[in-house]
Amino acid sequence: MSKGAHALESVELLVCGAGPAGVAAALAAAARGARVVLIDAQAQAGGGVWRHDLRFGVPRTAQRRLAALRRSARIQCLFEAQVVAGGGGELLVETPDDAARVRYDKLVIATGARELLLPFPGWTLPGVTGAGGLQALVKQGWPIKGARVVVAGSGPLLLASAAVLRKHGAIVLGVHEQATRQRVAKFAAALARWPAHALHAAALRMRLAGVTYRCGEFVVRAEGDDRLRAVVMQTPQGTHRIDCDYLAIGYGLVPNVELAQLLGCRMQNDGRHASIATDERLATSVEHVYAAGEVRGIGGARSAAIEGEIAGLAAVGAHNAATALRGRQRQARRFAALLTEHFALNPDIYDLAQADTVICRCEDVPLGALAGYTDARSAKLATRCGMGACQGRICGAVLAELQRFPQPPAATPLFPARLSTLEAFR
Amino acid sequence: MSRVVLYIDERAISVPRGATVAAAVATATSRFRVSSGGAPRAAVCGMGVCFECRVRIDAALHQRACMVRARDGMRVTTAAGSAAHE
Amino acid sequence: MKTFDLIVVGLGIVGAACADVAAAAGLKVAAIEAGAIGGGATAAAMGHLVALDEDPAELALAAYSQRLWQEFADLPLAQYNRCGTLWVARTAQEQAAIEPKLARLHAAGVPAQSVDSSDLYRLEPGLAPDLAGGLLVPEDAVVYPPTIARELVARACRRRATLHLGRRVQALDDGCVLLDDGTHLHGPTLIATGCALPDLLPALPLRPRKGHLVVTSPYPGALRHQVLELGYADSAHGTTESSVAFNVQPRPGGQLLIGSSREFGSDSSEVSMSMVGRMLARAFEFLPALPQLQALRIWTGFRPCSVDGRPYLGPIPGRRDLWVAAGHEGLGITTALASAHLLIDQLLHRSPAIDPRPFWPARAWR
Repeated sequence: MSKGAHALESVELLVCGAGPAGVAAALAAAARGARVVLIDAQAQAGGGVWRHDLRFGVPRTAQRRLAALRRSARIQCLFEAQVVAGGGGELLVETPDDAARVRYDKLVIATGARELLLPFPGWTLPGVTGAGGLQALVKQGWPIKGARVVVAGSGPLLLASAAVLRKHGAIVLGVHEQATRQRVAKFAAALARWPAHALHAAALRMRLAGVTYRCGEFVVRAEGDDRLRAVVMQTPQGTHRIDCDYLAIGYGLVPNVELAQLLGCRMQNDGRHASIATDERLATSVEHVYAAGEVRGIGGARSAAIEGEIAGLAAVGAHNAATALRGRQRQARRFAALLTEHFALNPDIYDLAQADTVICRCEDVPLGALAGYTDARSAKLATRCGMGACQGRICGAVLAELQRFPQPPAATPLFPARLSTLEAFR
Repeated sequence: MSRVVLYIDERAISVPRGATVAAAVATATSRFRVSSGGAPRAAVCGMGVCFECRVRIDAALHQRACMVRARDGMRVTTAAGSAAHE
Repeated sequence: MKTFDLIVVGLGIVGAACADVAAAAGLKVAAIEAGAIGGGATAAAMGHLVALDEDPAELALAAYSQRLWQEFADLPLAQYNRCGTLWVARTAQEQAAIEPKLARLHAAGVPAQSVDSSDLYRLEPGLAPDLAGGLLVPEDAVVYPPTIARELVARACRRRATLHLGRRVQALDDGCVLLDDGTHLHGPTLIATGCALPDLLPALPLRPRKGHLVVTSPYPGALRHQVLELGYADSAHGTTESSVAFNVQPRPGGQLLIGSSREFGSDSSEVSMSMVGRMLARAFEFLPALPQLQALRIWTGFRPCSVDGRPYLGPIPGRRDLWVAAGHEGLGITTALASAHLLIDQLLHRSPAIDPRPFWPARAWR
């Protein structure tokens, strides 16, 4: 694809997102002879879970496929490419110095998920990051050696994050899971049915030997001055303060459905956050558009990879091969259901934010300012909540999780984009 | 592993090649930007959705430091280095 | 039996101002809104308080209203910023057309001065080179309409106005209004429903005129005034199906609000990237730094357009106690306060501050 200004390219299969789902889709389609363009806003493939670590490379599970991606003559990768608009069979893509309109015959949306960050007093202090967030930062060079880190929130991601942090020399003071000990034990027992998952979890636990892993605990407050100095942890025995440099805290994942919404794909709203509705071939309600992985609902890397393969095959018309994978896909998705069941959030966590706790981080809008508004739009117009740089991604997910307001609909531009880029999308 | 040298608020900072601007900023300071209410802020999500890690890179404002690879000679300005906040 | 001195239907900025002025005059007011207060054109608007000089009646209304807007200059929620308007002339010909505009503005009591090209760049260093000059109207200002509309209604309610939120008017009879929940309200009624006017008063021609706006990330200091091309008035007063004109405003935090576009014949609020592209291309011609700036959000709004561009303000012919305040095109925010005073003065048989006759709905009533 040329990098000429605003060239209108035409692509057989366009895959948006180069995580496990997108990579699998691209490889599957290429293996069937299709010419594929794979785009991602990051500097290289891997997405979240297969993110390249500057010191340690990519996870072993990712190496084979990422190597195949690099070798493939039929897959052209466009990195540092952010999709900012779409419609009518094309996507508007912005790169650091340029923009392009990319027309496609088929599209696979594999845009993954972002971390659910929930508010509590002090959550905006420098040093408070997502659990996946700090892992991502550290893999890309963030200095963490010798820093004291508290890992908290919910889900197996906490253990993965803690392991990476330790590998990079962080002092992980503890991993604090909000789910109860009984729930976590049930989850671990259920994992025995998925040998690969069980091994993965066990390996993590081993690597964390010596690090406290506590259940039924959650952070109620972060304290500090110009940065984080300590957190206050709620435990079954009461609260206590832990001095630390970082709090890596995440409460699960939220699908990145904005592009799909903009294109008019039907959503399913069976949880507090929308995911993309698809048929058994992973086709969305919009002709020629498919969806795979976390965007269909949080399920982990394994189901993402299988679904990417299904979507890639279906997109190029290899329906029998796609169908043949359905059994494996269903099995992988059962793991997803396990996650939701065992790591549901303690409702006390939803009550941590006080009237003066910031909800909209971009515009500094506290929870109290939203009182008295019965619809999201009025609240937004009056308080500026959701009008900032993140375009309502963070505060929108908070308010949807708290069931206060529904997440606002996606709009053009999907991300802040240069005016010259938008002018080109006539 | 080779390294790059860039400037965070005019301070020379060295990071491994391939590291993000966020990594370089974090080496120099805990404060990336200042909120509209004047509070210090830093990177949170590490993946370009929270926009808390915004800094000025060379002539461009509002760059997500976690999404940009550090390159030799880049001049990065955080809240501390700019006259008006962001 | 619910009887009122005035029933106001529609609480955009115009209706809200009417409810406020009526309540302040001691009237017992019922205020009705089917959606959200200030949720229509008011929410989409630029909030520019601008003196347009082409139509003398409009200019008189605007000048009167701008004096009334001073009251909000120190109210934080109004975000009143007297940044002034800088009209830009591209050619010597456009520059020459400024003299008569100056005369009209001065006659209306609006301070204005001609600006030569060197002054132009002193006032706005970011402008494209080789512009001929312009016209500065230093007392034009910018406000934030949604919070003002809410405050005007709140003020009326503090003076015992009753609010019927989420209620739609189903029928208008002589001196009586029927709401969709079966409530009957009695009293003189004022319709201020903007683009929805034809639902209740189909005999008054009104067309929605779609506009687009783009807001950028903050760039403090990039622009000091609201800057428009002199051709803007042609776009606003013209009747072509679609047109764009350069119009950019600095917001309090440094964001730039970029307009303007006008389109008849579309009732979809969906953003048209084609119109946005045209609008941006026009803006790039005047502000060369724009292409590299970051856009954050794009939205649309509908200006309510009357038969001749002037609002309908006054009594409905042949109906006892039925009034209208709607059809303000792109001057709804600017002229909301004067519209309200003009209406309430006529309702109370008081002498209005300006001649109300150019706005009477009888001129267009079918």
